[in-house]
Amino acid sequence: MRYLPLTSEDRSDMLARIGASGVDAFFSDIPAEKRLAQTLDLPLRKSEMEVSRLLSGLGAKNTAAGSVPFFVGAGAYKHHIPASVDHLIQRSEFLTSYTPYQPEIAQGTLQYIFEFQTQVAALTGMDVANASMYDGSTATVEAVLMAHRITGKRKAVLSGGLHPHYAETVRTFSHMTGDASTALPPDVFATENMGAMIDADTSCVVVQTPDVFGNLRDLSPLAEICKAKGALLIAVFTEAVSLGLVTPPGAMGADIVAGEGQSIGNSLNFGGPYVGLFAAKARYLRQIPGRLCGETLDAEGRRGFVLTLSTREQHIKRDKATSNICTNSGLCCLAFTIHMTLLGEAGLRRLARINHANAVDLADRLGAVSGVEVLNKTFFNEFTIRVPCDGAELIERLAEKGVLGGVPVSRLLPGRGLDDLILVASSEVNTPDDRAAYAQALRGAL
Amino acid sequence: MLNRQIRATTAGDSARLEVETFTSNRGLALEEGLIFEIGRAEVTGVDLDEPAPFEPRLGGLERKDPIGLPGLSEPETLRHYVRLSQKNYSIDSGLYPLGSCTMKHNPRLNEAVARLPGFADIHPLQPQSTVPGALELIEDLAHWLMTLTGMDAVAMTPKAGAHGEVCGMMAIKAAIEAKGEGETRRIVLAPDSAHGTNPATAARLGFEVRSIPARADGTVDAAEVERLLGPDVAAIMLTNPNTCGLFEKEIVEIAAATRNAGAYFYCDGANFNAIMGKTRPGDLGVDAMHLNLHKTFSTPHGGGGPGAGPVVLSGRLAPFAPAPFLRRDENGLRLVERLDEAPYSLGRLAAFHGQMGMFVRAYAYMLSHGADGLRQAAEDAVLSANYIRASLNDLMSQPFGDRPCMHEVLFDDAWLKPTGLTTLDFAKAMIDEGYHPMTIYFPLVAHGAMLIEPTESESKASLDLFIATMRDLAMAARRGETERFLGAPVYAPRRRLDETRAARNPVLKWTRPPPQPV
Repeated sequence: MRYLPLTSEDRSDMLARIGASGVDAFFSDIPAEKRLAQTLDLPLRKSEMEVSRLLSGLGAKNTAAGSVPFFVGAGAYKHHIPASVDHLIQRSEFLTSYTPYQPEIAQGTLQYIFEFQTQVAALTGMDVANASMYDGSTATVEAVLMAHRITGKRKAVLSGGLHPHYAETVRTFSHMTGDASTALPPDVFATENMGAMIDADTSCVVVQTPDVFGNLRDLSPLAEICKAKGALLIAVFTEAVSLGLVTPPGAMGADIVAGEGQSIGNSLNFGGPYVGLFAAKARYLRQIPGRLCGETLDAEGRRGFVLTLSTREQHIKRDKATSNICTNSGLCCLAFTIHMTLLGEAGLRRLARINHANAVDLADRLGAVSGVEVLNKTFFNEFTIRVPCDGAELIERLAEKGVLGGVPVSRLLPGRGLDDLILVASSEVNTPDDRAAYAQALRGAL
Repeated sequence: MLNRQIRATTAGDSARLEVETFTSNRGLALEEGLIFEIGRAEVTGVDLDEPAPFEPRLGGLERKDPIGLPGLSEPETLRHYVRLSQKNYSIDSGLYPLGSCTMKHNPRLNEAVARLPGFADIHPLQPQSTVPGALELIEDLAHWLMTLTGMDAVAMTPKAGAHGEVCGMMAIKAAIEAKGEGETRRIVLAPDSAHGTNPATAARLGFEVRSIPARADGTVDAAEVERLLGPDVAAIMLTNPNTCGLFEKEIVEIAAATRNAGAYFYCDGANFNAIMGKTRPGDLGVDAMHLNLHKTFSTPHGGGGPGAGPVVLSGRLAPFAPAPFLRRDENGLRLVERLDEAPYSLGRLAAFHGQMGMFVRAYAYMLSHGADGLRQAAEDAVLSANYIRASLNDLMSQPFGDRPCMHEVLFDDAWLKPTGLTTLDFAKAMIDEGYHPMTIYFPLVAHGAMLIEPTESESKASLDLFIATMRDLAMAARRGETERFLGAPVYAPRRRLDETRAARNPVLKWTRPPPQPV
């Protein structure tokens, strides 16, 4: 087997040195009747060529985003990733290293985490950021739990514009922990009054901008109300590129920010792995979950980096830890950092403007199709359309015509009477031809 | 190197010379600043054309202030991150014996197939009719995981081991609540040797954690578990093989006692790599167990992630599995996303459907090995650990006596005591020898623990050199050559780093230094 370096002779020599009759001697603590006598009923070993052929066959059955006019978003976005990003994250020293527990020989990982934390803090307008979480949805759960710890209250109020998968994830956790969570009804036009929902038990309100329907929300008035009523404002985003163009949550008074970082540096990957971004005001530092990287000096007085404040974490505090999280999203966070470094401020701002321009153009084209209505007054690179038929069926018909036209709202919010709505996203990867093809296919499918 | 006369140069007297360099670089050991020190806000490494003028729809929410993000051109970016990478130790550069972490070879085929557009460039919410190959792969992988573990169901969505623990313990909690025992069964039993994530997970879900004391031989005593079990116990969380590198030999009795007491058995599957193809957790009486695809099935650790932690479930927990999940019926294979189609489901654990990128890699690993190769991998990992044990047991002490181990071997610091050196000192000296240290100070049940896991990926020559190095270090320690340890590491990119300083005054991001007076 090509991955196993030991030869039969090596194995015999090693057994002789140990003084064991055979390898089964080491498995003698397994009750005899529970040991597998024969090989399990699964295929036997395959060559690299065979595995490659088999998996290429499975992959070829799927319609890749890059092969068609593609407008699917709703929490995961197709962007162009510079070739150098994927090259760099495949460097052996990044790819095949562990969590930096021995900092003297992990300065590469630690320094990029320090850069990542600085970039995320700048992008969100917050004081501090951690070394990343699994994804945006689990980061949102962590933000809610953190708010509960800080306020000593146990109720979260979830906006009707929060991505339904995020809201369901929070609900799963709050049900299990016995905390309360109140999810407001779907808020297509961003008109809900969240401030009125805050009561004495409310620890936090969770609001997404751009929201799942694409609307941009000014969080400043809500931040004032939260402050007055003693609740924390958790701001969520699923499209990190938007922060190149719109007011960041930190500037609108958010206490904690949780977001999805996939769209910078990371492929769609059918939903994972992604990278959760997590940032907060400095005063809440010691309640932040997950890894934190900090600057220090070595024995010769040179600057270096280490994981720090680990007394918050499970491997030290066990059942008293701020979170049970162990891993961060290492390579995805590295991809984010490299792509962000390539973009820089100038590149990110321009990328964000192109996204917005393309979405505006698409909205105008689709809005001109008879029977189709664009519902948003504001948006970044995604908006909601109302169609004169069932949205899910329409998306299937468009797929048959070779256009992946978006996400039917009924897939995210079934049974809520929103079956005629579709979420449509357009990024820098869409050409004018793609957008024209969408409008034409839509005309044909209606 | 050769000089101009094509004669080999000689080191001569310069061999012992310490040179202060102008750049602070030391040959290939290159110093590198932060992007905030070398980049500029107006520089970009991505060519993008400014869009034609248009009417924005931002509703007055345009960003007004500068963000503070420096940029680098592409060559500068490459150089910066390549230089950073060279400050890292990695599996590809050497033996990485971190116990419990399973630093085995990461095949590059897996990286290649995970990047096929049919897997990497598909969206989780594009129509299911356009991703049949993706669904098929998840179904195939699930079949392998269930067959290898002998379990009835598998939840594919958890994003890492600790997230898998949350999934499994939530399923247990849901099952208990379905029986109307949610108020009474509040206690979770876990041994002192457990990973920190176990008690942290249980506590997070509102359980009270009670510890199972360690027995003198490093395993859990079934009689002790039976004594602790009662109508107030929800579950037991046990790692098997355990974190001391030992198989819990009374596991069948423990499982039976747990079930008889109306509780559930959560097994931490972090060490499943030792027993794959040798025994099946389902046959041992396990109710839920997470599998770290980034340990047992070789998906890269990536400096701390991403991972993937599918959870296999027994028949009595299967109805409570999280959504979404795959269902094959008369209409073929589809992803069930609606919670109303799964009345007992514990709910959703994260957005979308799991770590697809990791699934592809793990599946490629399994297909490559096959059932026969996976079993051989487990045997080689165990053989290699025992080879190290038998080669070091005369110099280093073991907390539970010298007995066969599974895939990792645990030493303690009793043998170091007379030298005045600590486990940390010993570990740092290993760095100078070109090795990543083993796991240290874990598990907590061994004083000054040193947990060594070589994995199946090492050749005999590599193991022999590691053993010889460890013996040399151990003898140096015993001879009292403390300077080799106390000052270590000397040859790493950094000397020992001051962690106390980092924690006392946390600096967690770069800030522009104040202008220096001229």
